[in-house]
Amino acid sequence: MDAMIRVADVSKSFVLHNQGGAVIPVMDGASLSVAPGECVALTGNSGAGKSTLMRMIYGNYLVNGGSIVVGGTDVARAAPREVLALRREVLGHVSQFLRVVPRVPTLEVVAEPVLAAGGTREAGLARARALLARLNIPEALWSLSPTTFSGGEQQRVNIARGFAHDFPALLLDEPTASLDAANREVVLALIGEAKARGAAIVGIFHDVGARERVCDREVDVSAFVPERAA
Amino acid sequence: MTPLLSVRNLTKTYGARLGCGGVGFDLHPGEVMGIVGESGSGKSTLLSCLAGHLVPDAGEVIFDTRAEGPRDVLSMSEPERRMLGRTDWAFVHQNPRDGLRMGVSAGGNVGERLMAVGARHYGQIREQAVDWLGRVEIAADRVDDRPRAFSGGMQQRLQIARNLVTGPRLVFMDEPTGGLDVSVQARLLDLLRGLVREMGLSAVIVTHDLAVVRLLADRLMVMKSGRVVETGLTDQVLDDPQHGYTQLLVSSVLQV
Repeated sequence: MDAMIRVADVSKSFVLHNQGGAVIPVMDGASLSVAPGECVALTGNSGAGKSTLMRMIYGNYLVNGGSIVVGGTDVARAAPREVLALRREVLGHVSQFLRVVPRVPTLEVVAEPVLAAGGTREAGLARARALLARLNIPEALWSLSPTTFSGGEQQRVNIARGFAHDFPALLLDEPTASLDAANREVVLALIGEAKARGAAIVGIFHDVGARERVCDREVDVSAFVPERAA
Repeated sequence: MTPLLSVRNLTKTYGARLGCGGVGFDLHPGEVMGIVGESGSGKSTLLSCLAGHLVPDAGEVIFDTRAEGPRDVLSMSEPERRMLGRTDWAFVHQNPRDGLRMGVSAGGNVGERLMAVGARHYGQIREQAVDWLGRVEIAADRVDDRPRAFSGGMQQRLQIARNLVTGPRLVFMDEPTGGLDVSVQARLLDLLRGLVREMGLSAVIVTHDLAVVRLLADRLMVMKSGRVVETGLTDQVLDDPQHGYTQLLVSSVLQV
């Protein structure tokens, strides 16, 4: 089957211009592919480059070499406008931090990806209500801005937002961190449903139990750490 | 797709000093582009050249007009350019006093722009003015007050209403949230984002506030000493800055 996400021979280094122009190679020869309906976990020690690889797939980090093709768009070469279109329709991302315009009600924050992908306001709000209820966010909070919520609540709002639109490709950065057992189950169920409808998922899970339950394969990113030139 | 605005090699010098040099970019419908850089980097000069407030020394500013398709704004006649400024373009100044008529009522400030494009029915003008004041969260009973009697945040919202009432397609903003209380800033951001989405606006926003561009802008252009040093997707430029100046800028932000 054709891969939804295909990372081929990707390399990356950071150049710190304000620290003597130090060049820090962080990745070399990174390759992986994810088929529709498959969930692949990125593993490796802290600092091995799991988040770096994920950010390169999402287009937050530039790529120095290689290609990252998601649903036919090469993120490594695409113009900003093409990456934006990809993020609206194809590639979803649940980050570890919720970044929103202050004052916007939680319901609207969660509905936004549906509207961005061309859905109606009603459809977006209906989907948002269903997800927030499922993730046990009390209805009394829906009309408030999530900026004042607790860490766990913000994380759940973030997850609801990430799953609001049925993205064909999803990046999940520690989706079960800071969740209690009941909500962890809900998130794992959401991931399972996304796989069942054919989403290709790349995830970082420090929660080994969660990883074993939803992931089909593991890719150890330590293999992509470049040999440090002395 | 034809870009809404296409800028090529825009250059403006002040005598021997460079205002902005060799700037070029495309802005597509519905896109919001942020321009960041320190004071004196040429951001405002660039914005003024784009909006026709300053005459550049060289370059092209091609706008996709409704009637005639892409045209170079710089070679338009003055009346044509003024008409554009009253209809498809809007300019939100950092200081609301520069964009408002301080001696005219709030309703008059909004209505004036409608009259400039031919509206003559007083009742309808007033109705639209009240509608727009409501959208920017100014109570209807303030419609007859002069902007002088408004707070800074209200003045800024009034300026936005005045600019958007004619349904422009392109909005230039110069530090729209500068000098405002942070809670008012948040309110304004929320408002601007909603309007951009609902009206399908394109915008060019000059600011030095990186948090503002992250939330509002799709794309970012970083300027230093009159030159563009880096461009890209907003979160890419902020998360993985390539130029030394951008790296310094991003690492200099104070964390709250």
